[in-house]
Amino acid sequence: MLAYLARRLLVMIPTLVAISAIVFFIIQLPPGDYLSTMVEELLAQGEKPDGDRIRMLREQFGLDRTPIEQYLHWAGGLLVGDLGWSFEYNLPVSQVVGERLVMSFLLAFAATLFTYIVAFPIGIYSAVRQYSVGDYALTFVGFIGLATPSFLIALVVMHFSNVWFGAPVGGLYDPAYAEQPLSWAKFVSVLGHIWIPIVVIGLSSTAEMIRQLRANLLDELQRPYVVTGRAKGLTEGRLLFRYPLRMALNPFIADIGSILPKLISGSAIVGVVLSLPTNGPMLLRALQSHDMYLAGSFLMIEAVLVVVGMLISDIALALLDPRIRLGAGSEK
Amino acid sequence: MPDGDLLRVEDVAIEFRVHDTLVRAVDGVSFRVRPGSTVAIVGESGSGKSVISQSILGILPKTARIAQGRLLFADPRAGETQVDIAQLDPRGEAMRRLRAAGISIVFQEPMTSLSPLHTVGDQVGEALALHETLTPAERTERVEDMLARVGFPDPVRAMRTYPFELSGGLRQRAVIAMALICRPALVIADEPTTALDVTIQAQILKLLQDLQQSLGMAVLLITHDLGVVANMAEEVVVMYRGRVMESGTRDDLLRRPQHPYLKALLRAVPRFDMKPDERLTPLREIKPETGHLLAEQAPWTPEADAAGPLLAVEGLTRSFVTRKGGFFAAKTENRVLAVDDVGFELQRGECLGLVGESGCGKTTVSKMILRALAPDSGKVLFNDRGTIRDVHAMGPEDLFAFRRRIQFIFQDPYASLNPRMTVYDLIAEPLVIHSIGDEAYRREMVAELMKLVGLDARWTNRYPHSFSGGQRQRIGIARALALKPDLLLCDEPVSALDVSIQAQILNLLKDLKQQLGLTYLFVSHNLAVVDYIADRIAVMCRGRLVEIAPRAQLFKRPVHPYTRALLAAVPDPDPDRRLDLGALMEGRASKPEAWPMPFRLDGTAPAGLVDLGDGHRVRARQGASIDQILGRSAA
Repeated sequence: MLAYLARRLLVMIPTLVAISAIVFFIIQLPPGDYLSTMVEELLAQGEKPDGDRIRMLREQFGLDRTPIEQYLHWAGGLLVGDLGWSFEYNLPVSQVVGERLVMSFLLAFAATLFTYIVAFPIGIYSAVRQYSVGDYALTFVGFIGLATPSFLIALVVMHFSNVWFGAPVGGLYDPAYAEQPLSWAKFVSVLGHIWIPIVVIGLSSTAEMIRQLRANLLDELQRPYVVTGRAKGLTEGRLLFRYPLRMALNPFIADIGSILPKLISGSAIVGVVLSLPTNGPMLLRALQSHDMYLAGSFLMIEAVLVVVGMLISDIALALLDPRIRLGAGSEK
Repeated sequence: MPDGDLLRVEDVAIEFRVHDTLVRAVDGVSFRVRPGSTVAIVGESGSGKSVISQSILGILPKTARIAQGRLLFADPRAGETQVDIAQLDPRGEAMRRLRAAGISIVFQEPMTSLSPLHTVGDQVGEALALHETLTPAERTERVEDMLARVGFPDPVRAMRTYPFELSGGLRQRAVIAMALICRPALVIADEPTTALDVTIQAQILKLLQDLQQSLGMAVLLITHDLGVVANMAEEVVVMYRGRVMESGTRDDLLRRPQHPYLKALLRAVPRFDMKPDERLTPLREIKPETGHLLAEQAPWTPEADAAGPLLAVEGLTRSFVTRKGGFFAAKTENRVLAVDDVGFELQRGECLGLVGESGCGKTTVSKMILRALAPDSGKVLFNDRGTIRDVHAMGPEDLFAFRRRIQFIFQDPYASLNPRMTVYDLIAEPLVIHSIGDEAYRREMVAELMKLVGLDARWTNRYPHSFSGGQRQRIGIARALALKPDLLLCDEPVSALDVSIQAQILNLLKDLKQQLGLTYLFVSHNLAVVDYIADRIAVMCRGRLVEIAPRAQLFKRPVHPYTRALLAAVPDPDPDRRLDLGALMEGRASKPEAWPMPFRLDGTAPAGLVDLGDGHRVRARQGASIDQILGRSAA
C-alpha cells in the first residue's frame, strides 16, 4: 500500500512538470503579450501610450526575455509557492485568487452535494420502477435538464426571481460585503444567494447522473447474484442496497477525478451570467487579456486537482472493490 | 401431509407476457418430490424446466406469472402443514421465510451467481443471519463447518476470500454451501455442473450425493444431461416445450422409454459403446447435397500426399505473462506455460480430436495453427499440395493465400455471426475478401453452400437472428466451406447446442468430411463427442500432450492417469454404467506433480512421449520402460 502510494506520488512529479510546460506553451500561443494587448486597447480608446513606460514595464515584468527564461522563472516560483504577478490586478496572483478560490470551492462542493442528493434517489427509483409513470415523468424532466444549456437556465431563473421576489440575484452575496473579509454576516448572505447557482449548476449534472445511475443499476439488477440474494430470502430493499447498488457505484467513484477540476474552471459561463465571484469568469478574463501568470496559475491549480482527484478515486475504488485491490486476473 | 410428499406440483401453467401476447412457457405440469429423494427434470433449452424451478422459489421474472395450478410445499419446520406457493406473494414475508431455510437453489454459473464484492464467508453466512438468531461467533462456526463439509481445504481462510480468487470448482462448492447453510428440506440444483469440466463435474455430483445423505434433504435436479440423470436421480420428469412428456423412476425411464421424444433423445446422445459404423439419430437429419462448384476441387496427386502429412505441429511452446499481485503490492510477473512442447501430425482426410479441460491450452494450439498467435518456439508445417510450408515463416502474400486452406468453426453460433449482415453477405464474405468469382458465381456458390448444410437457399436475405442456434452453426459451417479449404479447425462446435441439435451437426460434419475430403482438427472437452467423430485422439493437460492414440485404442486401453480420470468422469446415460465416484482422484488428476510414477512431472526428470506401438504414444518420465508405463512390473 505504502509502496504503491509512494510510486503514484513520484509519477505525479513528471506529470505536473509536463503539464506546466504545455500550459505555458499554450498561453504563449496567441500573438502578443499583456502589454501589446494593453497598448492596442489604449490606441482603440484614442489614447497614446507612453513608450518609455511600456518599455519599463516590459523589463519589469520580464516580458523582454525569451519564453524559456520566462517559463523557468514562473516554474521556479511555483516550486516555492510563488504563483507570480498578475499584470491586470497589479497584485500577487495568490492574493487575487485567494477569496475566489474559497467561494469556488464552496459553490462546487455544494453543487456536487446537491447533485448526489437529488440524483441518487431519483436514479434508484427510475431503475427499480422501470417504465412506470414515475420513471417516465422523471426521465422527461431529466432530459429537459440535460438538453437545456445551464446559462439559459441561469437567465430564466434570474428573470423569474426578479419578477417574483423583486430582488436581483446576481453574485454570491450582497454587494455590501464585496470588499469585506469573510465574516458570519457575510456567510449568512452567501447562504441566501448561493442556492440559485447551486441549482443551476447542479441541474445539468443531476440529469446526467440520473441517467447514468439508472442505466448502471438496470444492468446490475438483471445479474444472477441478485436472484441469488432474493433466493436467500433478503427483502427487496436490503437486496438492492447490498448488491446491485454497491456494484453500480464504481463509475461514480471513478468520477471523483473529474469533479475536482470543475471546482476551478467549471461553469465559467454560468459564473459570468450570474456575475459570481468565482474562478471561472476570472480565468476567462485572464486568458483574454494575456494576464499569463494569473491564467497559468489557474490552470496549474486545476492540473494538480486532476492528478490528485485521480489518485483519490483510484484509492477509493481499491478500498471498495476487492477485484481491483487483489488484482483479479479474470472476470469470467 | 397425507401422502408424505415434500413438494407436489399440480397442473401448473406459467405464462410470459411477450409484446402484449401471453406465451405459455409451462403448461399443465405435475410431479412430486418425496422427502430425501432426488427428482430430475430433464429437457432441452426452452422446455420450461428452469421456469418451474423459479416458480417454486417465487423468483420468476417480472413478466411471468403462474396462471393455474398449485405448488404445495409441506414445510417440515412448520409441522408439515401445506403451503401453496402459487398463492404466496413473491415479495411477501411468508415467501421470504421459505427461501433458503425451506427451499434453496444452486445456480449454474458459480461466478455470476456470487457477488464479486463480498467475501465467501459473508455471502454464505447471510442466509443464516436472516433465518436464525445466532451470535456472530456461532454463525462463523456454522459457516466454517459448512465450508469444510463442501470440501474447502482451509475453511477459516475461505471465509475471507472473494469468489474471483477461487477456481470454478471451489466457487460451485461455495454456492452449494450457501444453499445448504440453513439445512433446507429441498434443494433445487439448476444445471449445477453444466459450466464445469467433467472431472470437476464428477466431484460436485459426488459432493451433492454425500451431502444429501448426511443432511437428509431432497434434491430437485434440473439438467439437460441424461448422463447426469442416470447417475443422480431416483425419479425423472422429461419435459419438452413446457409439457411433461414422460415421468417415472430412473430405471424404468432410461431402460424402457415409452414416449417418442425420450426415445429420440436417448438415440441422439453419443455413447462410448457405439459400434464403429453406428450413427446418431437426430430429431431431424440433414442430407448434404454437393453441387458442381464445390465438387470442382483439384484432386490431390500421390506425389502431393507423399510430401508429408497435411499438418505437422512440432514442439509448439507458448507462455503468457500474467501480472499477479495486488493493486497496492508491487506487481510480480508470472510466466505461465500455456502450451509446452506440443507436437502432432494430421494426415489428409482424418479427424484428430484434441481433448482437454478448460485452460489446458487446446484453444491456444488451434490459434497458433491459424497463426492468430505466434509461438515462442516450434513450427507449424502445412502441406500445400506437395510443397511443405512453415506457417509462421510466411510473408504477407503467402499468408493471405494460405488463409484459404484452413478455416475455422467457432463455438458460439450467436457471437460468431455479425447480426447486421444477411446470411448471403456472411457466407459470401470470404469470397469477397479473396476476390473469388464474380457476382453470379458468388450467388451460385452461396446457394450451393446453403443446400450443403441443409438450409433453404431462399433464406439468404435473412439476418442471423431469425435462425435457431443449430441453424446458425450451420451458417458458420457454410461460411467456413466457402473457400473450399483442406483443413477445418472446429473449436468446440457443438458444446453450445442441445443434444438433438448436437447429433445433427456432428452427423453433418461427418458427412461433409466424407463428401468433400476434408480434414478436421476437432477441439472439444466432451470425450463422448470426440469419440463419435474423431479417428485419432490427443489428450492435453496443463499445456502438454499427455496421450495420443487411435480412437478405439484410447478408449479400450487408456494408459495415462489423466486420460483414465477423464474417461472415468464422463457420466453415461446407461443406468448400469454408473460413475465410480469413489475412484475419482479427488481433483488430483489434473495436477502433473500428483500423477503416479512414471508419469509424474515435478521437474526432477525430463519427460517425453513414449511410443507404445500402433500410433499410441504417452507422456512419461525419461527412462521409463514400456512395462513400467503399462504397469506390468510395478504391480
